[in-house]
Amino acid sequence: MVDNDSSSFAIETHELTRRFGPYCAVDHLTLQVRAGAIFALLGPNGSGKTTTVRMLTSLLPPSSGTASIDGHDVIRDPTAVRARIGYVPQMLSADPDLTGYENLWIGAKLYRIPRSERRGRIEEALDFMGIEQAGKLVRHYSGGMIRRLEIAQSLVSRPKVLFLDEPTAGLDPAARRTLWRHLRELRQQWKMTMFLTTHYMEEASELCETVGFLRSGRLVNLGSPEELCRAQGGQRSLEEVFLEIAGEPHPSEGNRYAEVLRTRKAIRRHG
Amino acid sequence: MAAKGLAELLASWDQISAIAEAELRKLRHDPIELFTRIVQPLLWLLIFGKVMDRIRAIPTDGLPYLDFLAPGILAQSALFISIFYGISAIWERDSGVLTRYLVSPAPRWTLVLGKALGGGVRSLSQAIVIFGLAAALGVQIRWQPGSILAILAFTLLGSALFSTLSLIVACLVKTRERLMGIGQLLTMPLFFASNAIYPLHLMPGWLRILSHFNPLTYLVDALRTLMLAQAHSAVGLGTDLAVLSITLTLLVLLAAKLYPRILI
Repeated sequence: MVDNDSSSFAIETHELTRRFGPYCAVDHLTLQVRAGAIFALLGPNGSGKTTTVRMLTSLLPPSSGTASIDGHDVIRDPTAVRARIGYVPQMLSADPDLTGYENLWIGAKLYRIPRSERRGRIEEALDFMGIEQAGKLVRHYSGGMIRRLEIAQSLVSRPKVLFLDEPTAGLDPAARRTLWRHLRELRQQWKMTMFLTTHYMEEASELCETVGFLRSGRLVNLGSPEELCRAQGGQRSLEEVFLEIAGEPHPSEGNRYAEVLRTRKAIRRHG
Repeated sequence: MAAKGLAELLASWDQISAIAEAELRKLRHDPIELFTRIVQPLLWLLIFGKVMDRIRAIPTDGLPYLDFLAPGILAQSALFISIFYGISAIWERDSGVLTRYLVSPAPRWTLVLGKALGGGVRSLSQAIVIFGLAAALGVQIRWQPGSILAILAFTLLGSALFSTLSLIVACLVKTRERLMGIGQLLTMPLFFASNAIYPLHLMPGWLRILSHFNPLTYLVDALRTLMLAQAHSAVGLGTDLAVLSITLTLLVLLAAKLYPRILI
């Protein structure tokens, strides 16, 4: 029965926790994402969004708890997980010294796409994401184009679950809207489950039926964007809802910086 | 065990060659590095080699010193290029490319070996230039297609080995600056505790013992045997091949364990 239940979920975590020394980045996170859904993890900087994604993509081992993707445990069976996911990290990840096409070509080989299918799949992905200048070196691309290229790169292996860590950070409003359109089409045509993190309430409500809100590593809210807004009753804008749930900003920037530094050092030591 | 290893290599060839191909394609987009790298070995041959040849201070079993030196410089250039190669892994970490590699289903060892072979290819282009210059300077070269191919294979093997060593250092120290420092620290002892520019029997006893634990010694021995018409191997080409490939295998396995650590 448990097995039956889990098969309808593309992503499942149970009490997923990651500590860096004394600092707890993700604190007993339990959630499920249905296959075919777009789920957004919202939260302010440092709330544990990226740490969560890195655990779900098998890059970072959890301190305790479990997580599985499409029924495969991220700790026991990382290779099966990696074969089923695409991941667009927060910072750029396309190789600037290769052309767009070459980036996809190298990726296709890493995923062992048979030689006879590579060209077709690459062209399909480039076409879908609307990338016309695939023969140019990536260092000459705009930010929005690189993002679309990175998503195209993830599509070549036809993943079941696509992770997008702050996909629209740093993009102008036009590029952001283009990306949203592509993600919506992607979901319709490819039936792909998507897990994205964002600071933008607007983005979550544009794309997702379910959003989770993370604060200091804890899941403090889970529901549809409308429910989230209603729960905060009377807030006028999505931004205000975000600020309300995120709580008080840290009182002093100086402390904040020291904290980031300490966390990073702890990460380095314990990683 | 060797047969099993070979089968694994063939089965994972797409993944191994993916990373090596990325390196090759980058070199093709921007080959300037290849030309600037050629200068140093040329100076060693043209200046150091010519001068030492004239003063005849180093006994080389009847070989002209320049002949003795040429394969040593070939090995040296493989070492000098490769020992800083880990910087490119740190760059890949910083540019996010490595995250993408690590999140793919490719086993870690294929990523490391592919990267190491990519490093080896850089040395090959130097090998060709040094070979040509040595011939022009009148070094008595063994002109046989078989031995020339074997020289390229040994150069590839040797520089893959030192590239992997550099990757391991990169995983441990994690920053460019520290890697540069450690690279500097490693090159000279490896170079001087080898038979690259003088024969082993000139060394004091303790250094001679150390030199037998130095992979560069076996690379130089193989290259010298294959390149020169009149040289003979001190330990045998089979031993050279075995020492270098076993060391490379061990280093690749160690680097594969350490590779994800470079991210954090």
